[in-house]
Amino acid sequence: MTILILAEHDHQNLKSATYATISAAQKIGGDIHVLVAGSKVQSVVTQTGKIAGIHKILVADHAAYEHLLAEDIADLTLSIAKEYEYILAPATAFGKNIAPRIAALLDVQQISDVMEILGQKTYKRPIYAGNAITTIQSSDVKQVLTIRATCFDQALKSETASPQIEIVQGKQAQSQSRFVSQELTVSVRPELTSAKVVISGGRGLQNGENFKLLEDLADRLGAAIGASRAAVDAGYVPNDYQVGQTGKVVAPDLYIAVGISGAIQHLAGMKDSKVIVAINKDEDAPIFQISDYYLVQDLFTAIPEFCQEIDKIRGNGNLGQHKA
Amino acid sequence: MKVLVAVKRVIDYNVRIRVKADQTGVETSNVKMSMNPFDEIAVEEALRLREKGIASEVVIVSIGGQNVQETIRSGLALGADRGIHCETGQEMQPLAIAKILKKIIEKENPNLVILGKQAIDDDSNQTAQMLAALTNWPQGTFASKVVIENNEAIVTREVDGGLETIALKLPAIISTDLRLNEPRYASLPNIMKAKKKEIEVIPVNSLGLDAAPRFTTLKVEEPAKRQSGVKVANISELVQKLVHEAKVI
Ligand SMILES: Cc1cc2nc3c(=O)[nH]c(=O)nc-3n(C[C@H](O)[C@H](O)[C@H](O)COP(=O)(O)OP(=O)(O)OC[C@H]3O[C@@H](n4cnc5c(N)ncnc54)[C@H](O)[C@@H]3O)c2cc1C
Repeated sequence: MTILILAEHDHQNLKSATYATISAAQKIGGDIHVLVAGSKVQSVVTQTGKIAGIHKILVADHAAYEHLLAEDIADLTLSIAKEYEYILAPATAFGKNIAPRIAALLDVQQISDVMEILGQKTYKRPIYAGNAITTIQSSDVKQVLTIRATCFDQALKSETASPQIEIVQGKQAQSQSRFVSQELTVSVRPELTSAKVVISGGRGLQNGENFKLLEDLADRLGAAIGASRAAVDAGYVPNDYQVGQTGKVVAPDLYIAVGISGAIQHLAGMKDSKVIVAINKDEDAPIFQISDYYLVQDLFTAIPEFCQEIDKIRGNGNLGQHKA
Repeated sequence: MKVLVAVKRVIDYNVRIRVKADQTGVETSNVKMSMNPFDEIAVEEALRLREKGIASEVVIVSIGGQNVQETIRSGLALGADRGIHCETGQEMQPLAIAKILKKIIEKENPNLVILGKQAIDDDSNQTAQMLAALTNWPQGTFASKVVIENNEAIVTREVDGGLETIALKLPAIISTDLRLNEPRYASLPNIMKAKKKEIEVIPVNSLGLDAAPRFTTLKVEEPAKRQSGVKVANISELVQKLVHEAKVI
């Protein structure tokens, strides 16, 4: 059995979701090949080469793949799909965009957001924003899966890994779609989906300016910042901060929800976090029902106190010392 | 320009989902059903294109049993011109839906097809991409802005790192994200008018395609429940607990 994985990367680094996808493939068992498509992807290939348990890296380095447009990447994958029983991609914006296109071209019903691999083409996946978990068995000969990264460990690195490297000939870009521009959020913080600590703000923050409060706390905890849909819709923070059914799925060691009510669509993206803390001034906020610790307090007093308290226990009472 | 919008009837997003005791699925009887929220956004976008004079006709298509006509009707009440009901009593998985929609595209020749990025019942997020594959049209998924100019759709997409803008040659397939627009409500006169609008019924089994399910559902369960938590009195107690009990900071 041979498994192909579409590597997600930003041309510099392999994304953590790719590591999780590789570890999902290891659960299936068989030879694992990783397709690194892009333009000038040498450093990504080098990183991929240091992961244990990969048999081959397929490198498609071509200007046509600079922006990883679905049409081109699906076409490329199709050209090598024949020898694979399984094709896996992370269930991220990247994988969700491309994998179904590949599946349809192979006449395969993709299985989205796989949480668990049970063998014999049987999988667990969430439905209804994670309010139900379904176990399904596929009858397709080939399997196309997207993997929910938070449900799998990160594939391990190995000093002695030495996968074979094979060059895949790139094709000229198709002319149906073209890249125009991008507006990426620049952040010095850890990536939301792989951070150990996430602090998310909701409508309770009232405006974008007030997210500074959360940043002060995030500085002290080395945390990433997330948000509810309401906070994104209101323009307090960019779209890529959104956690939830239709945003990002996170499962950090510590998730702190501040001024978030706890709609099921939000819970869908964070309820697998190890420890959940909620701070809300409403005694009856639904988020409390799934929190390990909750505090009924106005966030505008609670968050500065939180920062002070951390400074205190770390032995530097000087408030604001760590401010960015 | 003709715009085709595909819509799905789903359990309303406000309904608390209950898994059936026999683990065969979720409770759907006596539950409020609505148009999938992402599809409402798709309808709205099509209507705005018509109001700007870019689209001339907005056609709504839905696939399923008799009751999806209610969903189509609610789209007509928002202002769409006519509906197509692909009738089937069978479970249809995304690949089958994409195949059916392709047939409808062949019949209707739209210049643009808009779909929701995912249905809030099965959360698959596949149909638009699959339809783009089968038609060999370009795709603009997770759209938060759409501009039509010079026979292109300029689509701004919500991606994990921020926003990406791509240009698609028409005809093209677009899937909507939440921030594309804010859907309108149906006005009473429009609800009345919608009753007279045409809904064409096409049996799925007349389309000559393989729409058989490709996976079977073995079990549907409730997710693992979280233990109910501890209320803390103040920040200092919270921090103590996080340090000494949970050991996460
Ligand atoms: C199809 C669909 C998809 C969706 N997808 C997502 C998704 O992916 N992610 C998501 O988050 N939502 C999603 N939603 C939206 C979701 O239903 C909720 O509307 C949203 O999560 C609410 O955000 P919120 O908790 O910030 O706002 P609110 O519900 O308005 O809650 C604000 C909270 O802040 C508290 N508060 C106010 N002031 C203070 C203060 N000074 N101190 C302390 N607390 C305060 C209030 O008590 C309240 O609990 C989706 C909805 C739909 C229909």
